[in-house]
Parts: sequence; C-alpha cells; structure tokens
Amino acid sequence: MKTIGQTIKSLWSLIVGLKITTVEFCKPQITVHFPRKEVTNLGSYRGHIDLVPLANDPQTPRCIMCGYCADTCPSGCISLKFHMVGEEVNPEQRRRLLLGLDVAVPRSGGKTPPPDKIERVLDGFHLNYNYCSLCGLCVQGCPVGSLAFSRDSYLVGRARQDFEFDLLARLKSRAGTNSGKAAA
Amino acid sequence: MIIELLATPLGHTVAALVAILAFLGLNGLVMVYMERKVCGFIQLRPGPFEVGPRGLLQPVADALKLVGKQLVTPLGADALLFWLAPFISFAPVAICFLPIPFGPIATGMEMNLGLLLILAFSGLNALSLVLAGWGSNNKYGLLGAARAVAQSVAYEVPLLLSVLAIAFQAGSLNLSTIVEGQKGILSWNLFVQPLAFVIYFISATAETNRAPFDLPEAESELTAGFHTEYSGMGFGIFFLAEYSYMIVVCAVATALFLGGYDGPFAPGIWWFLAKVFFLVLILMFFRWTFPRVRFDQLLNICWKWLIPLGLANLVATALVMKLVK
Repeated sequence: MKTIGQTIKSLWSLIVGLKITTVEFCKPQITVHFPRKEVTNLGSYRGHIDLVPLANDPQTPRCIMCGYCADTCPSGCISLKFHMVGEEVNPEQRRRLLLGLDVAVPRSGGKTPPPDKIERVLDGFHLNYNYCSLCGLCVQGCPVGSLAFSRDSYLVGRARQDFEFDLLARLKSRAGTNSGKAAA
Repeated sequence: MIIELLATPLGHTVAALVAILAFLGLNGLVMVYMERKVCGFIQLRPGPFEVGPRGLLQPVADALKLVGKQLVTPLGADALLFWLAPFISFAPVAICFLPIPFGPIATGMEMNLGLLLILAFSGLNALSLVLAGWGSNNKYGLLGAARAVAQSVAYEVPLLLSVLAIAFQAGSLNLSTIVEGQKGILSWNLFVQPLAFVIYFISATAETNRAPFDLPEAESELTAGFHTEYSGMGFGIFFLAEYSYMIVVCAVATALFLGGYDGPFAPGIWWFLAKVFFLVLILMFFRWTFPRVRFDQLLNICWKWLIPLGLANLVATALVMKLVK
C-alpha cells in the first residue's frame, strides 16, 4: 500500500516536471541575438572602471589625484601620472600634496576640493585590467566620486595589451565623440 | 500507363515505399529542427537561429556536414558487421510505415496483420544496435549494445501487452480496422483504455531509446554508446532511423489510441499528422524534462510495474470482451 502511494506521488512529480518545462517553453526568450541587438539592462553591471568627468566640463575628470585608488587596489592595477603647476611648491607642501592631506577630504561625497594655489594636472590614469578582480574598492573609496564601473559588456581583446587602458585618454575621446554627437 | 501500373498491388506498394522514403528524409530535417527549437525554448534560448531565416536551414547544413565527413572504420573492427548495422537499423523502418493508415485511403499496403508486421520489423532495430556495438570493437559500443538488448527485450513485453489489449477489443490486427472502430472523440481508445495508452507510451519511449530511457547511447556514461565509432553518414543513418522510429511509434499510438485520422473539418491525413507530431512533441518534452534513469530503475519499472499492469489490463479486457459478447 505504501509503495503504491509512493508510486502515485512519484508519477505526480513527473507531471509537475512536465508542467514546469511547458511553462518555460511558452515564456519569451531571455537571450539576445548579439550582433544585431545588445543587452540594455546593465544597471548593475561591473565592467572595468572609468573616470567620471566634471559636470560642467566633460573633458576633465573629477579626479583630485589623491592616489587613494592606486593605494587601495589589492592587485595594484591602477597607476596615476600627474605634474604640478604653481609658484610656491616647496618640498614640505609637495609632500602634503602627495599624501593628499589637505585636499582629499575623506567621504566628502564628491565635493570639489578647497582651492589651492598649486594646481595638479592629471597626465595619465593607467588601468591594468588584466589583474583587476572588480572588487570595487577604488570606486567605493574615491573621495570625489571620480570612478565608476563602465557598462562595456562586450569588451574583447586578443592580447594582454588590449586590456591596459589609459582612462584619461578614454575619457577625452568619449567627451569628443559626445560633443561631436551633440553638434551633429 | 503509369496510372495503370499504380493500380496494381505491386505498383501501389512501390509508390508507397518511395513516398515513405521521401517523407522520412524530409521528416529527419523537420525533427532535428523541431528538437533543437524545443530544447532551446525550454531553456529560454532561441535555438538554431543563424543559418537561414530563423535557423530553418540548420538541419540542411548539419546533413551536408555529415555527408561530407570521412567514413572511418576503427582498427580491429568487424568491417562487414560495422557497416551493415546502420542499414539494418534504417531499412525496416520503411516497411513499418506500409500498414499505417495515414488517411481513409492513404495506406501503403492494406494487410490483416499490419500491427504484427510493425512489431516484428521494429524488433530488428535491437539487432542493428547489437551489431553496431559488437562490430565497432569499442568497450563503450559493446556496453551500449548490451544495454540496448536488455532494454529492448524487456520493454517489448509491455508494449505487446498493451497493443494486444487494443487488438482484443477491436478484434483485428489491421490498423485501418482499428481506426474505423474509433469514431468521435469519446470512443477513442485513449479514453476506453487509458492504462494501455500509458503503458504503450512509456514502452515506446524506451523502445526508441529516447530520454529518459536513452541508456544505450548515454552520453555522460558511454560517450555515445553503440554509435561511438560511427562518423559521418554512419552516424547520420542511425540518427535518421531513431527519428523515423519515433514517427512509427507515434503513428501506431495515433492509430491505436487517438482515433487515427478521425477529426472534423480538415481531411483525415492532416489530423493524423497533427496527432503524430503532437505525440512527438510530448516525447521531446520528456527528453528535456526528465533525467536519465539508472539501469536497475529502468528494468524495475518494466518488470515490476509495466508488465504486471499490462497483464492485468489484458485479462480485464479479455473478460469484458467475453462478457459483452
């Protein structure tokens, strides 16, 4: 008797399984025919990091060159290059600037740093994406919100060098194409 | 002249065989496409999509690839048996189609023992699997062949029992007569003999080596089972035979249980094909729904459940038929 009950239960489970596949069969597809269509729901997608420009100037990043991202990256993917312009650059000030003590106010939520006589100019922001583990510490920790994940889900390359980016150049070229589009 | 020739029994049979072979070739393409699309849709994928409009030419491309491949005979194989096997597998299929009534007059060959003919010739398939497994000198092939024999021998019994119940009831082994006996949906044997239908369909799934009973060619265990060593069209013919046998069992199920060509509005042949392909669709759903059974489970289902139930069903049918008459 027990066996028969169990058999009926198992048979019912087969029908339940068939019901599930039938429902799935009738659902619309969720895959996208890639070369003709691209996915759009990339809100939470983590591509490699990208620089975020100032609101009023798409050519210039919000970056204040504090070096927090380069220091905090566990894989050492990020390296910054910048130089200083200004008259009163004495060694002591230079050191403070390099440490970012005055300028980078932690958790300032992306406020512009206090005005300074010495201006720093970003020459290059290099990302070696080969070693990036997409942990997001740089994005999370950036005091001025100058880093964000890109939404480039179709990134491909044939060599290691294809994944070494100069994010500053990327930002500039992006701004160029954007303004070109706006002009057109 | 040609019409006179077709009117003779021999001419009629030859014409039917040619039509059946053409149908089988086309059917192979349709079923490959159907199977891959069903699989894709169940897994929320589009299935084949790139070759031709909506991937329609994908089976043609597959067939061309198979035809173009080199035929390799493995070292130490018995070449005669090895190459005989695919043909033994495919050749009887055409004969199995002869007694099937596709429409009121669309029967290849009217015969009294049509059902018996189908059962006898489809039994040859097991032989071809054994020859393929034995001839290819491959341990996976041999294991697949051994499984195929045990499975075919076991499942032929409940298949026969369920078919016999219908034959008792109709008093005939002629498929056309059995179909004639089912007029109107309520007199379909599916509703008169539901248990026989369930037994028949499970056994038919096992007889055609379809998942979840695809042990002779279990990919994850035996590489490809009995056809591991076949390349190109050697494999292609096995594949074609498998799909053709699916059509055979579904056509017999349609004739025995679903009223054959019985249906309103459209001509009978369309109803028959629609019912056949509906059953094929169910077989495909089985494949993509159920996991493969273990070998002991396979035999347990047969010997402990299907055969006793089939016997009980047969005895009950015989009793009722005797009492009614």
